[in-house]
Amino acid sequence: MLTRRSLITAAGALALPARTAAQDQPDLRIGLAFEPSSFDPHFHNTTPNKSLGRSVFEPLLFQDERQAVRPGLATGWRLVDPLTWEFALRPGVRWHDGAAFGADDIVFTFERAPAVPRSPSSFAGFIAGKTVEKIDDLTIRVRTAEPYPQMPIDLSTFGIVPASTRGATSDDYNTGKAAIGTGPFRFGGFVRGDRTLLLRNETYWGGVPPWRRVLMRVLRSDPTRVAALLAGDVDLIETVPTADLARLRGDPRFTVTSIISNRVIYLAMDQFRDESPFIKGPAGEAVRNPLKDARVRRSLSHAINRQALVDRVMEGDARPASQFLDASFFGASRALGVPAYDIGVARSLLADAGFPNGFRLKMHGPQGRYANDTKLIEAIAQMFTRIGIQTEIETLPPAIFFTRGSTGGPGNTPEFSMIMAGWGSAAGEMSDPLRNLAATFDAAAGRGSSNRGRYTNPAVDTAINTALATIDDTARSAALARAMEQVADDMGIIPVLYPLNTWAARRGLGIAARSDEYTLPFHITRPS
Amino acid sequence: MLAFILRRLGQAMLVIGAMVVIVFFGVNVIGDPVYMLISPEMDQNAVEATKVALGLDKPIWEQFIYFVTGAVQGDLGRSFVHGEPAIKLILSRMPATMELALVALLMAVVIGLPLGVYAGLKPESRLAKAIMAISILGFSLPTFWVGLMLIMFFSVMLGWLPATGRGDVVRVLGIETSLLSWQGWTFIALPALNLALLKISLVIRLARAGTREAALMDYVKFARAKGLAQSRIVGVHIMKNIMIPIVTVLGLEFGSLVAFSVVTETIFAWPGMGKLLLEAIQRLDRPVIVAYVMVVVVLFVVINLVVDVLYSILDPRVRLTEAKA
Amino acid sequence: MTDTAITSAKKTLPAIPKEETPFTRFRKAFFEDKVAVAGLILFLIIVSLALLAPWITPQNPYDLRSVDIMDSRLPPGATMGEGFTAWLGTDGVGRDLYSGIVYGLRISLMVGALSGMIAASVGMAVGLTAAYAGGRVETILMRIVDLQLSLPAVLIALILVAALGKGVDKIIFALVVVQWAYYARTVRGTALVERRKEYVEAAQSLGLSNARVVFRHIMPNCLAPVIVIITVQTAHAIALEATLSFLGVGLPQTEPSLGVLIANGFQYMLSGKYWISVFPGLALLLTIVSINLMGDRIRDVLNPRLEK
Repeated sequence: MLTRRSLITAAGALALPARTAAQDQPDLRIGLAFEPSSFDPHFHNTTPNKSLGRSVFEPLLFQDERQAVRPGLATGWRLVDPLTWEFALRPGVRWHDGAAFGADDIVFTFERAPAVPRSPSSFAGFIAGKTVEKIDDLTIRVRTAEPYPQMPIDLSTFGIVPASTRGATSDDYNTGKAAIGTGPFRFGGFVRGDRTLLLRNETYWGGVPPWRRVLMRVLRSDPTRVAALLAGDVDLIETVPTADLARLRGDPRFTVTSIISNRVIYLAMDQFRDESPFIKGPAGEAVRNPLKDARVRRSLSHAINRQALVDRVMEGDARPASQFLDASFFGASRALGVPAYDIGVARSLLADAGFPNGFRLKMHGPQGRYANDTKLIEAIAQMFTRIGIQTEIETLPPAIFFTRGSTGGPGNTPEFSMIMAGWGSAAGEMSDPLRNLAATFDAAAGRGSSNRGRYTNPAVDTAINTALATIDDTARSAALARAMEQVADDMGIIPVLYPLNTWAARRGLGIAARSDEYTLPFHITRPS
Repeated sequence: MLAFILRRLGQAMLVIGAMVVIVFFGVNVIGDPVYMLISPEMDQNAVEATKVALGLDKPIWEQFIYFVTGAVQGDLGRSFVHGEPAIKLILSRMPATMELALVALLMAVVIGLPLGVYAGLKPESRLAKAIMAISILGFSLPTFWVGLMLIMFFSVMLGWLPATGRGDVVRVLGIETSLLSWQGWTFIALPALNLALLKISLVIRLARAGTREAALMDYVKFARAKGLAQSRIVGVHIMKNIMIPIVTVLGLEFGSLVAFSVVTETIFAWPGMGKLLLEAIQRLDRPVIVAYVMVVVVLFVVINLVVDVLYSILDPRVRLTEAKA
Repeated sequence: MTDTAITSAKKTLPAIPKEETPFTRFRKAFFEDKVAVAGLILFLIIVSLALLAPWITPQNPYDLRSVDIMDSRLPPGATMGEGFTAWLGTDGVGRDLYSGIVYGLRISLMVGALSGMIAASVGMAVGLTAAYAGGRVETILMRIVDLQLSLPAVLIALILVAALGKGVDKIIFALVVVQWAYYARTVRGTALVERRKEYVEAAQSLGLSNARVVFRHIMPNCLAPVIVIITVQTAHAIALEATLSFLGVGLPQTEPSLGVLIANGFQYMLSGKYWISVFPGLALLLTIVSINLMGDRIRDVLNPRLEK
């Protein structure tokens, strides 16, 4: 199979001769903010890799721009029994090398995806506990030991690869040798950290894509990416820095599109130590941990002027948050409102809790992980200072921040008293942040893995467990919302804001903004 | 001479050994790369799985022994992030950086030398003073700041040159280069100028100082008295005198060009190994950092060696011995 | 970059007539050059601004109580929430840029001067020891110097600061580590030349102690090149700190140096809010230029070969 294919190597495709015919030039050039680490769709479970892979290797089910699950290589599914899901595969789909797509490829992908050597972040978690079985060429069944409502979401996260490439290594994908998918684009070239070239799949089952050759370049530095757009080096950029939004919006040559992201910026507070290492009394004396008191946590929430953060720090490119995901996502509560900014209430809650003179707090956060993260922490610290909490901040490079913030304390406990961090829900629904941020920490069960304040409430755990075992969407959604409302009532974690995902392009291009930050060239339309 | 080179190489091995130990254990102290690699929705089991996959579950000294064993056999380990051999990643990025540094070096000499010699010959003239003022500016401006200014002016406002990236590359004798096409030069112009700025100032100063010194030397005075043409005096006598320090310093500064390319490559999205290093540091991709340090140290030792040899050719009075004051 | 200084400053002052001390001679020569004097005056102004910071600024930019996010990104001349005018505008978190720059000058100058002085002391100690002890000690010390100099400063500092974490003390440490070897190499070179001179032999034959010979006779003669390097290196250290901050491993955000201010303003460069980066950039530029102007003259004066 591989030998039949006309091989285009990375060097061959990208080392264009000095004078190239016009049709060899890319007709769409995209500036990426983050670097895909491999062309192998199963190598590294991160947004940049999945975003790139999605154009070439298609999953069984797709997610729309707000991450609702839609038919993909499977046209539909039904529950045979609570433990068995049956998927009907799309007929007439062909691989880039012309071979027919079928159930064998799915079975092969289930074998390969969890077993890529040296994977820095494996897809195994989406496949564990599932057994796949071929019924006929266009029908498969997937079984689990427990009822598993996340099934459609899990199957929308990894691309399907052809069984004919059995034995291919990640290298074979990076050179293009094994990079065969069913997607709207095929491999054109992959130069790590620099550029990726995608070529149109002229026989794509979903219609011929609008672009012949798509060049994706990695432009990590924010001003550099914007400069590349302004100078006409690229046609479109992802993750527009908030500082340049006003300029780009005001420039008739460009168009800016944004959508609410699946991410929340939140504050986690130490609730598992009686004395917290970065909290002292107003005069620097030892003091009991005020963050264990729900009144103090509510007071902090009321001290935050979320609208000011959105307007002044994020320059409008965010929305104030009341929970872990915007209300438009599955499982979010419709009842929760954004906590009011009220210094009076904040002060009196603080006094009620026995801290009329406040306390001293050192807050930690990452530097350069989220848009404007350092400025957000600084602004939040200003706001805390205004209700009498003398707040210092320390921002750390993300690698150091997450290491110390997760396991830096004695006995591998989280080190800090209060952190600002972010959570993006790749699944696009509430079970994801609830299970990881708010469920009681339990390493063995994989619950509360990012619950760095060790917030715990049995009622929340029960509601999450119920939701995770309920197949019926309405009941599941209600259980998730209930858990979220309970967390909000305890103010176990303070939601601050939801950043927007923003793209900018030269005017005329139509961009389908996505809450999962994917930049998908086949959803970018030509000027009409 | 051979003994000299061999001794130098022996010392280089020691330097590399020391640097590798420092970097290997230093990076390990900073933080856990796993948290930069895994997707946040992964639970503790996935963290452990990643650690096992990358060999990070073993104690650090065991990892080090494993690394040394591999290194002796020429295997510097694989990038945590990319899964490819670290050395391959670096070598694949090296031509871009070398190209950038070489063009910057060339710019430094072509622009700096005439200006400096002029300033040295006519130190009191207005133009000379202006040249020196500009050279002080060149020394004083932070590279990253100038970089964006260049992009803003030449790419965004005037639209003359592309703002980012590298031109299309072709292979010549197995080495990738973007310098064979006009388009390639338009891409390299701004980043190379940005990188060269400091060195232009340096060459101006060196050339000026050398010219002034030489102008006072007896042999130049004698040449003048003999009635030799100014062009010949400058071209032969003065050049001879200033080329030695310039070659020496530029040779040594080539290393600093390679190092400073970290900044320039970041701003101009130039796909070189400096950018790779910065990303590796941010993600704690230890094998890449360690391999980078090893490659760069080897590079510098070679450069120093070449400089010393050139030095002895340019100035026969210099002998290649270790006991240089 | 310091090689200029090293190559041209190797020779020290020639024998000087009794009535004119080296210092007065130096002072006279220095003040002959108007540009250098301008540099000195500029430098003195900058230093006094930095020293007087709390008394000449309307805001303490490190006190989170006095900084308000509602004041962020105001253009030059705008009135801030607390009533005073931000003549240079405000930055992304609502700091008055004038206050921020003056306080930032303090940190930048302190980082530059402290790291320069510590590095000079360490370097002189190592250089003198090497030159005087000779033999194996010298070989080992100079190999360490070579090791240090074989890697460029920005690279070592980058890796060190990434490993140590943030903080003024840590960045000073990193800057000392990258600078001391320059002093050591130069001082050793000069000291070796001095050691062979007759007066040292004379002093030794008179039975003076080694320490006395080194500190009273050799060290003062090494000061000239050290002073030259200090000026170059201080400017270099300030710029290096700014670069590290740009790369995200510099000083903490809460007490910004000029470098941090510029790096923060960097993201506003294309947005039209030029002041956030340009004014701190100008302050940095003026500081470094003033030091370099003085340094240039000092080097010319201390290098007798250039005198007519």
